[in-house]
Amino acid sequence: MDFDLTEEQRLLRDSVERLLADHYAFDKRRAYLAEPDSWSRALWAQYAEIGLLGLPFAESHGGFGGGPIEVMLVMEAFGRVLALEPYLATVVLGGSALRLAGNEAQKSAMLPKIAEGDMILAFAHGERQARYDLTDVLTTAKPRGSGWVLDGGKSVVLHGDSAQRLVVSARTAGDRDAADGITLFLVDAAGNGVARRSYPMRDGTRAAEISLSEVEVGNDDVLGEVGAAFPVIERVVEAGIAATAAEAVGAMETMQAMTLEYLKTRQQFGRPIGDNQVLQHRATEMLMELERGRSMAMLAAMMVEEPDAAERAHNIAMAKVGVGQASKFVSQNAIQLHGGIGMTEEYAVGHYFRRCMVIEHLFGDTAHHLSRLADEIE
Amino acid sequence: MDLRFTADELAFRDALREFFGANLPGDLRERMRLGHMPSKEDIVTWQRILNRRGWAAYSWPMEYGGPGWTPVQRMIFLEENQLAPAPEVSSFNITMIGPVLIQFGTEEQKQRFLPRAANIDDWWCQGFSEPGAGSDLASLKTAAKRDGDHYVVNGQKIWTSTAHHADWCFCLVRTDPQAKKRQEGISFLLIDMKTPGITVRPIISIDGSHHLNEVFFDDVRVPVTLLVGEEDRGWDVAKFLLGHERTGIARLGKSKERVRFAREMAREMRTNGKPLIEDPAFRQRVAQLETDMKALEITQMRVVSAHDKSHGGKPDPLSSLLKVKGTELLQATTELAMDVGGPLSMPDWAHELAALSNEPELGPEWATEATRSYLFLRAASIYGGTNEIQKNILTKAVLGL
Repeated sequence: MDFDLTEEQRLLRDSVERLLADHYAFDKRRAYLAEPDSWSRALWAQYAEIGLLGLPFAESHGGFGGGPIEVMLVMEAFGRVLALEPYLATVVLGGSALRLAGNEAQKSAMLPKIAEGDMILAFAHGERQARYDLTDVLTTAKPRGSGWVLDGGKSVVLHGDSAQRLVVSARTAGDRDAADGITLFLVDAAGNGVARRSYPMRDGTRAAEISLSEVEVGNDDVLGEVGAAFPVIERVVEAGIAATAAEAVGAMETMQAMTLEYLKTRQQFGRPIGDNQVLQHRATEMLMELERGRSMAMLAAMMVEEPDAAERAHNIAMAKVGVGQASKFVSQNAIQLHGGIGMTEEYAVGHYFRRCMVIEHLFGDTAHHLSRLADEIE
Repeated sequence: MDLRFTADELAFRDALREFFGANLPGDLRERMRLGHMPSKEDIVTWQRILNRRGWAAYSWPMEYGGPGWTPVQRMIFLEENQLAPAPEVSSFNITMIGPVLIQFGTEEQKQRFLPRAANIDDWWCQGFSEPGAGSDLASLKTAAKRDGDHYVVNGQKIWTSTAHHADWCFCLVRTDPQAKKRQEGISFLLIDMKTPGITVRPIISIDGSHHLNEVFFDDVRVPVTLLVGEEDRGWDVAKFLLGHERTGIARLGKSKERVRFAREMAREMRTNGKPLIEDPAFRQRVAQLETDMKALEITQMRVVSAHDKSHGGKPDPLSSLLKVKGTELLQATTELAMDVGGPLSMPDWAHELAALSNEPELGPEWATEATRSYLFLRAASIYGGTNEIQKNILTKAVLGL
């Protein structure tokens, strides 16, 4: 049992924090949001430069051989400033799919490009009818000639608009909810038959609805084994849960700090509002929730590579519930304790609130995972 | 970062389990499993078994008869003891007066009291709260006036747990009523409960048990050799006592054990035509509690791990968080066990069970005990510094408000 960071991990955290401190003041973030992708290409190149984009990849693929703890540290730092770049979509989700299922040719073709900042990926799994059910895949892939042809649609694909390549799940066998018969494909986002309709999410990051109409891909674009992608999809989603859990912790830290500052400075009735015990206790409860979230994000990170699938899924579902409930409490009360100013678009707290809200609704919300945990009880 | 215990820690845990399996008397384990409050005899029996093995004074250094365990080992010990389920060692003896004497006691006090506290030859109680001094402890009024080589103590203590069993009481008394600050002028005295002038009156709590007492002091003469630390500096001793070994305060093993038991009983009870354990609302409640316990477990590990690294430095203010969340869980898990019993949890037939043991069975003991426990543990968020006081501590120490 050990909660200390290694020297390398501390250095990593410090260098990410330094970079973000220089480049992520809230007005700068507003400027990035106004860029065409709603994130900063210039910063993406800097992430590549300090090694963030290849962090979890093997050194032989241009990476740094880091693991979930390293990703956690980066995501926490991103959460503190609400970084907009497609790190989750590209490195965590797309990168995990490639790492876990890709063959050597695919990995050596793509992972170095990701690490260098030249490749944006998106994980196109969710469908409009599926809500949070990972097995609910209606998009089909049928063999044709020496390859496959894909038809269907993918919904709320994070950063699907800026991605060059999509990791698309499609059914090669089985019925709607069958875990067996799902296959992952690498699809050129600008390819024939791929139509993308992009929009901002409630937190300002972008996503896309993607329709696939007779999209032809080759056999070498199959990621992993035909019909056996489901365990990979689960692991990709688990990595996503762990990463966004850490991001939410970072966001909670900032909300907590902003709220404390506000309690100390805002004067009403001739004294700081933080002199009121009812507000002190609310802030203390926020602290306790933040620490609960932190513990759970650590649990998630430390479970991402747990070999026992049931144990891994169980703990990560608990972490999703814990972080979801904690971040909801912290963000709702951050607005409440700020009063009217917390409601304004101009003020940062509402942006943190919305990021946490979006995170809670990615990869299964609190109720979804609580119900999964309840189903496990014997 | 690594959540796993080391091989040594796992071996340590296995050794504990083996010992508990072989040495915890079967009837006592069964009573604990059914949710009974351990009697004085139960606690003494088990603490002496542990003490023979050198484990009763689990948080003390070896030179004073403790096992010299690390904070991680202590955490594992407490949890395994609660999961066994075995009675917990007397906190008054082991985590309060023991460490106080080790830190502040004279050589004579240590030799006289420590071995007997470990073996629970002396049963200690705590004389802190008074009718006018609850959360505002420093306003206590019980007076101790110097008279030659004695103090003469007059006043009243309240909420004194197990005073009716106690051989000794460690007491906060006011030795200087003129002190500028209320925290000054308080002293820490050890009082023999057999001294003339002491009256113990029971307070029956809402669970029907006699656990709490009022203690009255009427010209009670206490030798000055039983002063701990300096005269008028007892507040330092009290602060040390309240800050010491707070990580065990979450009693997570107890909550885990109660959920395990409630799940077991929920297989036997039915609701809407099927076993309660299959009821979605029940399952969701259990899943939520288990998730909350997991979060607290990791937080406790973080606090203990930091404590381990700092070689037992200052208490972490986050232990106030462990107290609040731990007691909330303890209350929620005992409530769960009560709710599993449903209507069978509502009768108060403890007395009939004891008196008419040859009569036809009245109902499951565990259900009535679950309710007793639920009622008794409403106190958990009050004792040891109310949860609101813990939030005040966090507000000042962590938030700086």
